[in-house]
Amino acid sequence: MSNPLRDMEKPDVIFCIGTNMTEAHPVAATRLKKALAKGAKMIVADPRVIGLAQKADIYMQLRVGSDSALLLAMANVIAEAGLIDEGFIDERTVKGETFLDHVKQFPPEWAEEITGVPAATIREAALLYGQADRGAIYYTLGITEHICGVDNVQSLCNLALMTGNIGREGTGINPMRGQNNIQGAGDCGALPNNYVGFQSVIDPENQAKFEKAYGRPMDREKGMTKVTALNLCGKGVHAMLIDGENTVVSDPDREHCEHALRALDHLVVIDIFMTETAELADVVLPATAWGETDGVCTNTERRVQRLRAAVPPQGDAKPDWWIVSQLAQRLGFSGFDYTHPKEVFNEICELSPIYYGLDWDRIEHSEYQWPVPEEGHPGTPRLHEESFINGRGIFSVVTYRDPAETISEEYPVWLTTGRRLESYHTRTQTGRAQGIEYLLPEERLEVHPADVQDWGLLDGEWARLSSPRGSVKVKVMATDRSPRGTVFASFSFADVPINILTGGGYDPATHTAELKVCPVRVEPVNN
Amino acid sequence: MNQNGHHPKQKTIILNGREVAFFEGETVYEVAQRNQQDIPTLCYDDRLEPFGGCRLCVVDVEGMRNPVASCTFQATPGLVVNTHTERIETHRKTLLEMVVSENRELEVDPLRGYASQELTDLVSLYEAQTGRFQGSQSGTTNTEDDNPFIFRDYDLCISCYRCVRVCAEEEGDYAISIMNRGFETQITTEFNGLLKDSACTFCGQCVQTCPTGALGDLKAMRAASIPLPIAKTRTICPYCGVGCSVDVLTKGDQIVGIHPAMDGPANEGALCIKGQFAFDFVQHGDRLKTPLIRGEDGRFHPASWDEALDRAADGFQKVEEQYGRHAVYGVASGRAPHEAAYTMQKFIRAGYGTHNIDNCSRA
Ligand code: SF4
Ligand code: SF4
Ligand code: FES
Repeated sequence: MSNPLRDMEKPDVIFCIGTNMTEAHPVAATRLKKALAKGAKMIVADPRVIGLAQKADIYMQLRVGSDSALLLAMANVIAEAGLIDEGFIDERTVKGETFLDHVKQFPPEWAEEITGVPAATIREAALLYGQADRGAIYYTLGITEHICGVDNVQSLCNLALMTGNIGREGTGINPMRGQNNIQGAGDCGALPNNYVGFQSVIDPENQAKFEKAYGRPMDREKGMTKVTALNLCGKGVHAMLIDGENTVVSDPDREHCEHALRALDHLVVIDIFMTETAELADVVLPATAWGETDGVCTNTERRVQRLRAAVPPQGDAKPDWWIVSQLAQRLGFSGFDYTHPKEVFNEICELSPIYYGLDWDRIEHSEYQWPVPEEGHPGTPRLHEESFINGRGIFSVVTYRDPAETISEEYPVWLTTGRRLESYHTRTQTGRAQGIEYLLPEERLEVHPADVQDWGLLDGEWARLSSPRGSVKVKVMATDRSPRGTVFASFSFADVPINILTGGGYDPATHTAELKVCPVRVEPVNN
Repeated sequence: MNQNGHHPKQKTIILNGREVAFFEGETVYEVAQRNQQDIPTLCYDDRLEPFGGCRLCVVDVEGMRNPVASCTFQATPGLVVNTHTERIETHRKTLLEMVVSENRELEVDPLRGYASQELTDLVSLYEAQTGRFQGSQSGTTNTEDDNPFIFRDYDLCISCYRCVRVCAEEEGDYAISIMNRGFETQITTEFNGLLKDSACTFCGQCVQTCPTGALGDLKAMRAASIPLPIAKTRTICPYCGVGCSVDVLTKGDQIVGIHPAMDGPANEGALCIKGQFAFDFVQHGDRLKTPLIRGEDGRFHPASWDEALDRAADGFQKVEEQYGRHAVYGVASGRAPHEAAYTMQKFIRAGYGTHNIDNCSRA
């Protein structure tokens, strides 16, 4: 997030797109509700009538995967109405003119055709955001899990840049991070393009720095993404070390994943449970869980916080860092003689400019948000206040692209996937917490009541859902949260492996899977 | 600065004989808190709008005939306030006796919730007798609600409305409402039904603010009979990227419950159902407890760490020898701590000189 969580109580206009915040990030949503109680206005764009939509002043029910068309049209309206922040564009950005020229082609009437949102509503929403003193944008996977995920994010940046809604209290572009430490995994360099602290691997200076730190020559080409690696299993990639990720269930196109992992000569999985992915391993190594492990995590607002062990590990389980270090030492790799997580964390701080002012003891009370470039620096709750990291904010000229697969006669229904309040990811954790099944005993396919009738389905009965990659059986729930022609399910239940169906495409830049959109066929199952 | 250590222009009140400064808009209660003058409260939760319902926080203000509720009374220049006069203390004791007369038990297990000891503590502080007022009890236990998280024992309810207010003001959910008034008051859900059928999201906020244990954390209460002290460990919720601070409650080696951290910077006392109630996966019987190696028979066999690590290392070595250093790939976790992700990427980079490392890239 560019802004701290506490800023969520400060905007006068809130724009939420592709985020089911009341279910996926409930405590953050309570802050938005406080802003609303103080009189803030809210725009919500989402294919489904999610909880936030019910509280919105303007709700745009856009067709799945059409976000960038909607955002282009909003930019068009803002530009046309003269609501741009010229001073900000002049002083802080580049390519503004090109962008403003570019958006002239995309009036709301054009976007109405693609998104299904009435042009008048798009206009109204754009004017509301454009006139805001403090306009803040929030988004999640609904924006990024598309083949055009990067375009979508850039479109949001364009809106914030053209209206100067960044670098101030109650504004910003704020992605809500899904997993507790997904931000931290990136911070720590678990990325094919960056060393720890987002230092690019193609920069020769960084290469020299890390050759010295790690005591060996380093490639200057980026590594491959997980998606590419899975495609190359058995054809270039022959061994994998997977730490605590249930790839088989959470990634798209499950059959492809299983097939890939089986093609490896060697698979080692570190996890706390025997997951579907661990089942395929040659060696499974038991890790300590949350509550048993001392360490550090970083939340969605870049706050660096201590995790503390409260109980001893189960059985012989060991911390991940210990397991990986032992393995490294057996292979003769140097620099793995850690005896305490503190030594690992202090090395992270030493090597990354954004953590350089931190160490294990300094983060005791959770008060720092990175970047913390030197000792004594107070941290950076709000990014881009004076300038952007690379100097100026760059407008991107994006256009609209259709999803990788669009509905057809054979697969006439849009399936979109997501998360539910009570369950988390592949339920390896929430599925084992007592009581959760009381609220969420099984997966349901959410279908508009009129579609339930038209397609010959019955509320509470089984349906078959098919895509070009496979089919699954799931019970139907009639609800007008779903729009006509679009159905929803989560990917949390192993017995309804929704990700067998998804996976028609990837964002060419980030290789994020198109998990949000997939054309399917829905039929009743009679038995 | 004058002798009392504040700027002469700053506005002040006289609090228990001492001149103290206050900020614009502060209540007398807040000024007293800042100056370590402890005033007892029951309906007060500093996250919520002051309510002025229990009147336990009353103080004497010079020139006013009746004691005033300090939690709602704004400080004004020159106010002379006494927080612990004999009259006030007697008044508080009487009030507490009235309150406890509505309650059938005073021994409330601390596992019921974060604030569950507030009433009990005050009653012992003021040595308030029970049974002086035989008013009809307010509320009865809702035994029909079979939800596995929230215990509803309205016999203990003192109608402080903290649960109602936290739900409305902090959660914005309006799942709890109030039926009737006075001794007949009953805190209930919309339509007096099951929480499951209401707007309740089981965030547990009402449980944690209840000062009497009328609302309780059912999952934590399962451990009430374990005869060990409760220890608290501050950490961060293991679920989503909001990063709420929690205190893990343990008895011996067992995790028994979770309290929200009121001073957690991300959550300021709030939690959701996952952070509040979904902690017990940690000590679930399904946990992997020993390394496993796949045998010739294709099945997993338990192994020692030495055997398992040797076998794991051996496989990587062979692959590197046969296919080169680019044939090894690492996937780090978005759920494990920094130290896991960092050693994972270092394993690949320092070990193979490649950048064949990624994490679960879903934002
Ligand atoms: S249930 Fe608890 S918090 Fe709610 S009004 Fe009664 S005593 Fe107060
Ligand atoms: S308590 Fe809920 S909102 Fe807070 S970090 Fe945990 S899962 Fe996220
Ligand atoms: S705390 Fe002031 S009236 Fe209850």
